[in-house]
Amino acid sequence: MSNILLRGRGLTRRWGGLVAVSDVSLELERGTVHAVIGTNGAGKSTLINLISGEIPPSGGSVELLGQDITRWPQPRRARAGLGRSYQRNTIYPSFSVLENCRLAAQARFQRPWAFWQDAQACTDSVGAAREAAARAGLDELLDRSAGLLSHGQKRQLEIAMCLATAPQVLLLDEPLAGMGAEETERMLALLAELKARHAILLVEHDMDAVFRIADRITVMVNGAVIASDTPEAVRTNAEVQAAYLGGH
Amino acid sequence: MDRSKLAFVVAAFALLAAFPLVAGAYGIDLVTKIMIYAVFALSLELLVGSTGLVCFGHAAFLGIGAYAAVLLSPQDAAPSILWLLPACVAAAAAYALAVGALSLRTKGVYFIMVTLAFAQMAYYVVHDTPLGGGTDGIYLYIKPALLDKARPFYFFTLACLGGVFVLLALLLRSRFGRALAGIRVNEQRMRATGFSTYPYKLAAFTISGGLAGLAGFLFAVKDGYVNPELLSWHLSGAVLIMIILGGLGHLRGALIGAFAFALLQEFFKSEAVFGGFAKHWHLGLGLAIIACVALLPHGLVGVPGQIRARLVGRRTGVAR
Amino acid sequence: MDLTTFLIQCLNALQYGLLLFLVASGLTLIFGIMGVINLAHGSFYMIGAYMAFALAAPVAATFGGGFFSVLAVGLVLAVMLGYVLEWAFYSYLYEREHLQQVLMTYGLILVFEEVRSLLVGDDVHGVAPPPLLAGTLPLGELMTYPVYRLFISGVCIALALGMYLVLTRTRLGMMIRAGSTNREMVQSLGIDIKFLYRVVFAAGVAIAVLAGMVAAPVSSVYPGMGNLVLIICFVVVVIGGIGSIRGALLAALLIGFVDTFGKVLLPSAAGVLVYVLMALILLWKPDGLFKAG
Repeated sequence: MSNILLRGRGLTRRWGGLVAVSDVSLELERGTVHAVIGTNGAGKSTLINLISGEIPPSGGSVELLGQDITRWPQPRRARAGLGRSYQRNTIYPSFSVLENCRLAAQARFQRPWAFWQDAQACTDSVGAAREAAARAGLDELLDRSAGLLSHGQKRQLEIAMCLATAPQVLLLDEPLAGMGAEETERMLALLAELKARHAILLVEHDMDAVFRIADRITVMVNGAVIASDTPEAVRTNAEVQAAYLGGH
Repeated sequence: MDRSKLAFVVAAFALLAAFPLVAGAYGIDLVTKIMIYAVFALSLELLVGSTGLVCFGHAAFLGIGAYAAVLLSPQDAAPSILWLLPACVAAAAAYALAVGALSLRTKGVYFIMVTLAFAQMAYYVVHDTPLGGGTDGIYLYIKPALLDKARPFYFFTLACLGGVFVLLALLLRSRFGRALAGIRVNEQRMRATGFSTYPYKLAAFTISGGLAGLAGFLFAVKDGYVNPELLSWHLSGAVLIMIILGGLGHLRGALIGAFAFALLQEFFKSEAVFGGFAKHWHLGLGLAIIACVALLPHGLVGVPGQIRARLVGRRTGVAR
Repeated sequence: MDLTTFLIQCLNALQYGLLLFLVASGLTLIFGIMGVINLAHGSFYMIGAYMAFALAAPVAATFGGGFFSVLAVGLVLAVMLGYVLEWAFYSYLYEREHLQQVLMTYGLILVFEEVRSLLVGDDVHGVAPPPLLAGTLPLGELMTYPVYRLFISGVCIALALGMYLVLTRTRLGMMIRAGSTNREMVQSLGIDIKFLYRVVFAAGVAIAVLAGMVAAPVSSVYPGMGNLVLIICFVVVVIGGIGSIRGALLAALLIGFVDTFGKVLLPSAAGVLVYVLMALILLWKPDGLFKAG
C-alpha cells in the first residue's frame, strides 16, 4: 500500500489572462512535512485552494488516497480525509473551544434528521472533539470562549478543528502567522507530533521553522515551481537563492 | 436554555394562557393576531437569526398558507384541521423549496433581492389572476369546526405558538441547528470541515417557509378572509423588523418583537393619540423603525445587557 | 401582429428597458461604490415623477418656464436632496450590515411615502409632455409613434453615456472607482472620501429623480410607482450579474422586451413574466448573465 496520500499533477489556475498557478505537481507522503515556500503572490494560497477544492483548477488533477478528486467539491474532499487550516483564524469566536472542535467533528457524524437530540450530548462528536483538542494542547481550555483565547491559542484551535475531522492529509496555511517565539516552539512541537500520523502540506513564511521541520521543500515563483527537493538541496540551489532567499 | 431565559418564556406563556380570563373581545382578538405574528416571526428567526439568510420575501409563504386554507376548503362543509393545516404548511413549504432552490444560488445582497422578487411574483399571481380573487380577496366559506369561536381559536393559536417554539428550540440545539449556526458564522469554514452547506440552507429555508404557512393558515381561519396584502412586502418588512426589534439570534426575541411591533403599530394608528394624523401612521412607524435599528442593534433582548454595561461602566468610572 | 405594430412595441420595449437601465444604474452605482443597498431608491423615482407634476405650476408662475425648466429645477432639488440625505442619514449606513441597511432604508420608504402624501396627496396624476415633444412621427402608412417616447430613450442613452465617460475618462471617475475598491488608499492620497461619497450619492439620487421626471408623461404619477420600479431594478441587477454594467443593460432591455410583449401577447400573466425570466436565468446562470465586467 502506497504511503503517498495525496498527489497533485500539473495543477494550473488561470484568471482571465493571468496565470496564478502554472503546472505544479507535488506528492504528500504519510510521515512527512512538505513545505511550500515562495514570495508574496507566488501562488501558494491559490495552490492550497486548488488542492482543498475551494476553487476549481483550469488544468491538472488531484488524487487523494488513490482516488481522483479533481471534480469533487470541497466538503466531499474534507469528508474523504483532506483537512485544512487557514492563514486567518476561522474559529467561531462565540462558541467554546470544545464546541468549535465538536462542530468540526460533527461533519463526520451529521445525522441532521435527528432533530430531538441535543448536539452537545452526542458522544461521537464530543469524543472526537476532546481528542482533537487534547492533541492540539487545548485540553485545559475546553470551556473557554474561543474569542477570548490568545493569538497562539487561537492558531492551536485552528489546528484542533482540522484534526477533529480525522483527516489523513493536513493542508496548513501559515499556522505560525503572527506568533511569538515561545508559541512558535509549541506549534512546531505539535507539528512534529502530527507528522507521524498524517501527511502535511505546510505553506509558511517563517524560513527557520520551515528548514527545521520540513522533509521536502517546494519553491514557487510566479505560480511555477522552480525547485522541489530536500531542504539542504533547496538551500544551496542557486536559482532559489537568486529568486527568493538572497534576493529580498 | 439557561434558567432566567426559560423562566421568562414560561412566564410569558402562562400570562398568555391566563389572558382570556381578564380580557374582552377586542383584547382577545388583538392578542390572537399578535400570537400569529409571533409564529410568523419565529419562522423567520430560523432563517435570519439562526442561519444568517436575510430573506425579504417571507410574506409570500404566509400568504400561500393563507390562500391554501381558503382555496382548499370545501364550500359546503367545515374543513377538518387534521388535513387542512398540514396541507397549508405543505403548500407554503413547497413554494419555499422552489424559491430556496433558486435563491440560494445567490449570496448576500443578491439573495435579499431575489427573495423579494419571488415574493412579488407570488403577489402578482394572487393579485392579477382569477386564482387569487384579485384585490378583493376571497372569503373562507366555513371555518374549521371548534375554531370558529374566538376563545377556542385563541387557545389553539397559543398551542401552535408553543408547539413552534418548542420545535425550534429542539431544532436549534440539535446537530442540524448547530450546523446552521456554524453556517451563519462562517460558511466557508463549514464547507472546509466537510459540511455540504446548500442542503442545510435549503432545509432551513423550506422549514421556515412551512412554518410561515402555518401562520398564514391561522390568519385565514381567524379572519375568515384573505387578500393579496398578506403577500405584500410591507408584511415582509414588518416581520423582519419584528425579529430585529426583539433581538436576532434569540427565539424569545421573536416573541418580544412581535408584541412590540404590533403595539407600536397600534400606537401609531390610534386616533386617540394622533387624532386625524393617525391615517399617516406609516410616518411614525418608519421613523420608529429607523430609530430602533440604529439605537438597538441587539434588539430589546439586548437592552438589559446594554443597561448593565452602562451601569458597570459608570460605577467603576470606566470611560465609555 | 403586423410589422408596424411589432415595430411600435419594439420601440416601447426599448424605451422601457433604457429607463430601467438608467434607474438600475443609480442603484448599482450607490451599491457598488459605497456598499449600501438602498431600498428607497424607488422612492426617488417616485419623488421625481411627483415633482414633474407638482412643480409645473410654480415654475410657470415664477419664471414662465415649461417642462424643461421643471426638469432643471427638479435636478437641482434632487442634487440638494441627495447631498443632505447622504450627510444626515446614509453616511451612517456604510459600516452597517446589509440587514440593517435594508430595514433602515425600508423605514425611509415609509417616511417618504407619508411626506409625499402630506405634501401632495395620494391621487394619480397625469403630466403633459412639453409641446415641443408632444408630436408624433409617422411609422408606416397608418401608424404614428410619439416623439416623446423617443426623447425618453434619447435621454437615457445620453445619461448612460455621460456616466460611462465620467467614470472612465475623468479624474473624478477614477477617484470614484478607486474609492470603491480601496477606501483607505484613496484617503491616504489626500482625497476627501466623505465628499466623494456625497457626490456619488447625490448623483445616484439625481439620476433616479430625473428618470422619474422624464417618465412621468408616459407612465403617469401614482403612489406605488416607486416600489414597483425598485423591485424590477432588483431583477435587472440579479439577471444582469454582479457588478456588470453590460449585464445590467442587457438585462434591462431583456426585461423591457419580455414585459412589453408579454402585456400584448399574454396580458393576464404579464406581471409574472419578468420573475419567471429571472427564475430561468437563475437556473441557467446563478451569477447572472455577466460577471463583473
